[in-house]
Amino acid sequence: MNISCHYMGFDLSSPLIPGASPMVDDLDTVRQLEDAGAPMIIMHSIFEEQLLQEQLYINKSIEYPEESYGEAATYLPRPIEFRLGSDAYLRQIAAIKEKVDVPVIASLNGHTRGGWIKYAQLLQQAGADGLELNIYEMSLSVDRNGEQVERDALAIIKDVLATVKIPVAVKLSSFYSAPVHFAASIARAGAKAVVIFNRFYQADIDLENLSVQRNLKLSSSDELLVRLRWAAAMSTEVNCDLAITGGVHRATDAIKCIMVGASAVQIVSALLENGPDHLAELNRHLVEWMEAHEYTSLAQMRGCISLPRSAEPEAFERNNYMRILQGWTRADNPPNQYRG
Amino acid sequence: MNPHETKPVDGNEAVADVAYRLSEMIAVYPITPASTMGELADEWSTHGRTNVWDQTPRVVEMQSEAGAIGAIHGALQAGNLCTTFTASQGLLLMIPNMYKIAGELTPLVIHVAARTVASHALSIFGDHSDVMACRQTGFAMLASSSVQEAHDQAAIATAASLQSRVPFLHFFDGFRTSHEINCIEPLTNEQLRSFMNDADIKAHRSRGLTPDKPVIRGTAQNPDVFFQAREAVNPFYNSLGSIIAEQMRRFGEMTGRHYLPYEYVGHPDATDVIVAIGSASQCVAETVRWLNAHGHKFGGLVVRMYRPFSTDMFARALPDKVRRIAVLDRTKEPGAIGEPLYQDVLSALVEAYQSGQRPVLPLVIGGRYGLSSKEFTPAMVRAIFDELSLPAPRREFTVGIIDDVTQLSLPVKDDLHIEPPDTFEALFYGLGADGTVGANKNSIKIIAEESGFRAQGYFVYDSKKSGSMTVSHLRFGQAAINAPYLIRKADFVACHQFEFLEKMDIVETLKPGGIFLLNAPYAPDEVWSHLPLEIQESLIARGARIFTIDAGAVARDAGMGRRINTVMQTCFFAISGVLGRAEAIAAIKKAIEKTYAKRGDEVVRRNFAAVDATIANLHEVKLPAAANSAFHQSGYFHEAMPEFTRRVQAVMMAGKGDSLPVSAMPVDGTWPTGSTRWEKRNIAETIPVWDPSICIQCNKCAFVCPHAAIRAKVCNTANLNGSPEGFLSAAYKAPDFKHMRYVLQVAPEDCTGCGLCIQICPAKDKSNPRIKAINSVPRITVVDRERSRYDFFLKLPEIDPTAIARLDAKSSQFMLPLFEYSGACGGCGETPYIKLLTQLFGDHLIIANATGCSSIYGGNLPTTPYTTNASGRGPAWSNSLFEDNAEFGLGLALGTDLRRQEAQRLLQLLAMQVGTDLAGNLLAANQQTPADIARQRALVDQLRLKLKTCPDPAARQLEIVADYLVQKSVWIVGGDGWAYDIGFGGLDHVLSLTEPVRILVLDTEVYSNTGGQSSKSTPIGAAAKFAAAGKSTQKKDLGLMAMSYRHAYVASVAFGANENQTVKAFAEANAFPGPAIIIAYAHCIAHGYDLRYGCDQQKLAVDSGIWPLYRYDPRLIATGKPPLQIDSSVVRASVSEYLRNEARFAMVEKLDPARFHKLGLAAAHNTAERLALYRELARIAFPAEKSSAPAQEQPSVNGQ
Repeated sequence: MNISCHYMGFDLSSPLIPGASPMVDDLDTVRQLEDAGAPMIIMHSIFEEQLLQEQLYINKSIEYPEESYGEAATYLPRPIEFRLGSDAYLRQIAAIKEKVDVPVIASLNGHTRGGWIKYAQLLQQAGADGLELNIYEMSLSVDRNGEQVERDALAIIKDVLATVKIPVAVKLSSFYSAPVHFAASIARAGAKAVVIFNRFYQADIDLENLSVQRNLKLSSSDELLVRLRWAAAMSTEVNCDLAITGGVHRATDAIKCIMVGASAVQIVSALLENGPDHLAELNRHLVEWMEAHEYTSLAQMRGCISLPRSAEPEAFERNNYMRILQGWTRADNPPNQYRG
Repeated sequence: MNPHETKPVDGNEAVADVAYRLSEMIAVYPITPASTMGELADEWSTHGRTNVWDQTPRVVEMQSEAGAIGAIHGALQAGNLCTTFTASQGLLLMIPNMYKIAGELTPLVIHVAARTVASHALSIFGDHSDVMACRQTGFAMLASSSVQEAHDQAAIATAASLQSRVPFLHFFDGFRTSHEINCIEPLTNEQLRSFMNDADIKAHRSRGLTPDKPVIRGTAQNPDVFFQAREAVNPFYNSLGSIIAEQMRRFGEMTGRHYLPYEYVGHPDATDVIVAIGSASQCVAETVRWLNAHGHKFGGLVVRMYRPFSTDMFARALPDKVRRIAVLDRTKEPGAIGEPLYQDVLSALVEAYQSGQRPVLPLVIGGRYGLSSKEFTPAMVRAIFDELSLPAPRREFTVGIIDDVTQLSLPVKDDLHIEPPDTFEALFYGLGADGTVGANKNSIKIIAEESGFRAQGYFVYDSKKSGSMTVSHLRFGQAAINAPYLIRKADFVACHQFEFLEKMDIVETLKPGGIFLLNAPYAPDEVWSHLPLEIQESLIARGARIFTIDAGAVARDAGMGRRINTVMQTCFFAISGVLGRAEAIAAIKKAIEKTYAKRGDEVVRRNFAAVDATIANLHEVKLPAAANSAFHQSGYFHEAMPEFTRRVQAVMMAGKGDSLPVSAMPVDGTWPTGSTRWEKRNIAETIPVWDPSICIQCNKCAFVCPHAAIRAKVCNTANLNGSPEGFLSAAYKAPDFKHMRYVLQVAPEDCTGCGLCIQICPAKDKSNPRIKAINSVPRITVVDRERSRYDFFLKLPEIDPTAIARLDAKSSQFMLPLFEYSGACGGCGETPYIKLLTQLFGDHLIIANATGCSSIYGGNLPTTPYTTNASGRGPAWSNSLFEDNAEFGLGLALGTDLRRQEAQRLLQLLAMQVGTDLAGNLLAANQQTPADIARQRALVDQLRLKLKTCPDPAARQLEIVADYLVQKSVWIVGGDGWAYDIGFGGLDHVLSLTEPVRILVLDTEVYSNTGGQSSKSTPIGAAAKFAAAGKSTQKKDLGLMAMSYRHAYVASVAFGANENQTVKAFAEANAFPGPAIIIAYAHCIAHGYDLRYGCDQQKLAVDSGIWPLYRYDPRLIATGKPPLQIDSSVVRASVSEYLRNEARFAMVEKLDPARFHKLGLAAAHNTAERLALYRELARIAFPAEKSSAPAQEQPSVNGQ
């Protein structure tokens, strides 16, 4: 069975890619992922804003108490080899490149326009085979409209594309008013792929302390559905590869993604839960399913349920929403039972 | 580096640089002012720097100096080249081994930054009392008088030791030389390599113990041979002097820097000569040159080789015509004929005279100077020559103080300014956290590197850890700068903190026409009117040029927070003219890049922005013709001060302690407590202000305050009569003091603005949770209002302890803290425990305090934070040493108990006469809680009344000791360096006994006071000095060790996580009838985060299992219950979450992510293991034994 695919200009042995996660921090785990069939390694994002904070924090922690008391000019050791900023990340790219044969994709979340360009350059120099731009702006200003948000994001993407030679994918959040249009613009700008959708820390509220709590829970397959719908809408309209991330837990989830038009999927939560070796199992399930359903290649199924090719396109459209609502009933009497 | 290229370094680095490159093994223990040498060696070793034989020396931190020298002794016996660095008490701990090492003729150099040995008081500063205590050990002793000399003689000592086989003690003045930055010509590796004789090294190695060529050393010898064997070393000492002289000659040939064991400076026909050792000899030499250039014929003799003391070389060094000699000693030997150098010089001269080497025996007088880094100046040198010129100079004198008791001090006339006219002298007054000192160190480098000028820097800190004033003394000039004393007249004075002008005349040191740079939060045209009259007059009198900048605003705008270092440094270069402006600014930027490049480009960018914005914001202020200020300096004097405080301590606070005469001093080191209240340091930028409408009256803010600067009281409504306008109070919310008023008040001038109270406050405005029950406001906007409120608050009645129904965290804060406004760091995690101790037991508390942070903020003059209540009672406090605190405390406990027993014996004797009921009640009283103590005191008052009318002579005796019928609570307090390392043996022993002593370990997991060296309490994964890559072994479980005795009470507490458990543990420990130890988590500046979050981090430590809370009470064994109770059994947070919040852990990740990951996993694993062990222990109910807990002795009244 051939499950190879083409994504971001790379020929991949499988569409199941371990997505950006802390797994890449450990070289042995990276190696395990490759052994389990990872066709590509995607680094977790380097956050420019976080790098800045970290620099200032460490500098402040070390420097502020210095030279203020006769017995102690300093309170912490002063290593000359301190690696603040992107050093550790860049070194990790190089280290992973040493360890694996598959393409290594760096991921970047910039904060300033200069930062996007600078770090994109550094990541390329460090040996990254490709770059995933993690575009994410929480636009909280009343003075900024959606058009501006999209325009500025696109400008950054263009800046980066003009800066680096390696293929660039753009990972989007689901909070755009016209995601298909936006994704198409990104593709036109020259990105090799669009990845949908980012998952974020969510703010919960601690009622006792009247405070905000940050959470990041692992995904579930439920989250896949919104992605399937938008991928179905994008697949023929957006002139670049599509990847889905968020909610891919089983081989069948991946198959759905490909059927709506994705070239590849990114898997994180399932691997964090079950370990890197689980990837091999997912690949095996994918092959088994395809064999059982007599598919010979991924190309055969890719896009078969995209918006224009789906037998019931309206199922992806608005009226579907209304029907489901009408069909909904209490949890102890689920709709399918009711229908049955 | 070119042979004559210079580099600015301090004395410690100059010495360590050579010692490191000539060693294979270095064992150290931190002690001020020598710590830096060991730290540098460790840093270099960590980074793989090699010695001159291409090996990376091994550096090991030991548990004490005794341990360090023991390890060195061993390594020497294995044939290695070794060194160590120490000072003061640390050197004294090495003495036993020094005899051994010398007796075995083993080459070694110990480098000592000479420091005062504690006597009537501890002092971290420099004199020769430590090294002079070693002159009998058999070590050779070489003294260095400057940074360059210390660098050079480190090499000379090593070569001479290897050649002679005699170990060397190489010393230089602590702080004055160890901390002075000066430009030196560093020795290259090639020079050092060639200077060491391979044959000597080979011979040393060949003497190493090995089973391949076995010998036995360290035998026990008997009367038959010991004496002869001891004399067998004589030839080695006989040739030692000439070996040293020869090595100095070789060194001179190699480098062009010539030294002599005894070097005469001055006129060849001088009749009057001063002999000195250490940095003072440099001052003597420079002054002699200057005086001789002004028509005198004086001489000075620099003693470098102190042991062996060569009569011959010494006598030859002196000119023939010398008739009068003054010998200077930087130490005091009470009861001796004279101090050591005086005696040696006198002996040498008599010998030279007797042998005919010198035809005349000169008059010799001896004087003490410079104890504990007291200044020694050219004017004092002139005063000594003046004394020598008298017909009958006094045999014994002191110089540098006013001795109005024994009249030994010499009169010192006006200042003598001998620095070359082209020397530029600058003074900078800064605040600890503003970066002034760091910036000045940087400026020295810039000037030395860019201009080729020679530069000198010396930095003076006050005794506070928070908000300390720093004074930087910088000199620059064409020629080498040999001025080992402070600047007295400056070309340039910079005041980096405007508030200083309110109390101090900083301008008084400015030369006429000098430049005054002022950081002021005012527009240039407003600055003048904000200056006190005295400062205005001072500026006008000097015709000063005044420049001003609002550096705070420039720094803030550049994103630098409170760090005004870069801004003020740029100002200095812009207006001082030391370098060209453009050249200087380029150099500053280059230096910034160099310093911060590895800490990230954002830090560089912000510093650059600060530099660029500075020039535009720097303004010259035109000096008006007349002073017109509407206000005066507030100064340090307060009318209400007690007489002694006003006469002595206020003078010290004002920085004029040098002017106090001997008669002003307590003769035995005993000082009054309760004096920090007079300081009113006003160092906080923002202070908390209370909103009663939101407050839930939990008292958490008061509990966590490290400086007792936010306090709570309950009082009657009537008590509030006459309160200042707007004084805040609220109806008390709980049943215990129903119908009373609750008051919470900040001490606005004592608060350090750390923010712990605001962070811990749980009460939030329901509509706007950003607003809490206490909120931060700029101090300057509310200080007057809050000051009058606080004054009124202090006068409100204190709570009656018997009215407290339940002793818990909240009620503890209604009790008067008898530890207030200490000099601890803002946000200190230790002091809340000490404050609590004084609130619970303060009026009957005796503290034995180990040396360390707690002894410094607890007992560093000029002021002391321990204080008294209205009846004059409060903690009695003493510090013995670092290493013996548990033993010292045990002695205090035993001694105090003896007096209690005597009181009880007398009471029993007098029971019938004072009434058996009263006596019985007094003897049987339960004295566990503050209420119990209050009741017992009332009984003692009754007893005293009865005793007054009792004619029995025993009654007179009982009157003396009656107060001992009230229990005294002896607490042994110290940090983890003491408890886990240097004092562990004693602590362990005290725990093994059954005496009721209480031990409080303030565990910051690092040697905080000396700058963050690793201790055995340092947790795995933490970066600390001597564990720079992250400590690889886990923390010692001191609590578990204490529990293993089974009869000791043991508790682990963290107030930020559970303050009630802390109070419970304190109360239980205090009541426990045997030894009790509390190990208290203390967040610390050395952990590397904003201490505002100290309590949050404590909570994380507990929630993650890193710091389990427990109480082990042996009394439970008898009841069939498990003695160990875990008070934090549920794990709610991850270890990694805890680790990542603190720079001490996080920096390991920045160094080596894989190591961080590995150590983090190990930390989590160890935590889980430890918790599992505790959980098992907490399930074990031991078989009850009658003897498992020491029974409390209850005396009984005769016949009852």
